Amino acid sequence: MEEPLNLVLFSGTDDKLNAAAVLTAGAAALGRPVNVFLQYWALEAFRADRIEADHGLAPEAGVAGREAVDALRAAGQASWAETLRQAKELGGVDIEACSLSMDLLHLEPGDLDPLVDGVEGVTAFYLAAGGGPVVFI
Amino acid sequence: MLETPSTPAITRTIDARGSFCPGPLMELIRAIRESQVGDVIAVWSSDRGSKIDIPRWIEKAGHRLVALETRDGYDEIVVEKLR
Repeated sequence: MEEPLNLVLFSGTDDKLNAAAVLTAGAAALGRPVNVFLQYWALEAFRADRIEADHGLAPEAGVAGREAVDALRAAGQASWAETLRQAKELGGVDIEACSLSMDLLHLEPGDLDPLVDGVEGVTAFYLAAGGGPVVFI
Repeated sequence: MLETPSTPAITRTIDARGSFCPGPLMELIRAIRESQVGDVIAVWSSDRGSKIDIPRWIEKAGHRLVALETRDGYDEIVVEKLR
């Protein structure tokens, strides 16, 4: 069994979430397990009532970056949530909410989009990660 | 139409033009899962990464790259499902 890819998502902007979704889909396409751990503002973006909203971009995007991202979206680029749904259809993708961040944001499991499989602590995340790389985005 | 084993007839064509990375590969994988062994699937992609990524995925997944052709503004990648 190949070691899983483990993504810790901290940032909640659409550009970083899209980068994470593409990395997840690529690994899933190769049959590699992916564990996604949602913390802080990334978890906020997975709220069921906000997942399709505009989550802004990282500060370095600037005005030109905003225009470039908008143009790609207008040309038909899938949202990061849709890319993650496609990745999960391939199998092997597990998305967990960090329990500390759930407390921080006063969230209950029912507040989250169905993309999220559950809530766990950091120890459970590391146990699932095994010897695979941990990437923080 | 004359057919040889090296140029099998295309069973299904997926038009993924206008879809961005990794969309065309996602669509191809879905089609392959829905297909039978021996089916030949063509995917059309205007995403520049596809002509690199999709053949490598085909090799890793244990299928056969039948053809890769660059057309006007897009690439046609043809794969035979082997397993």
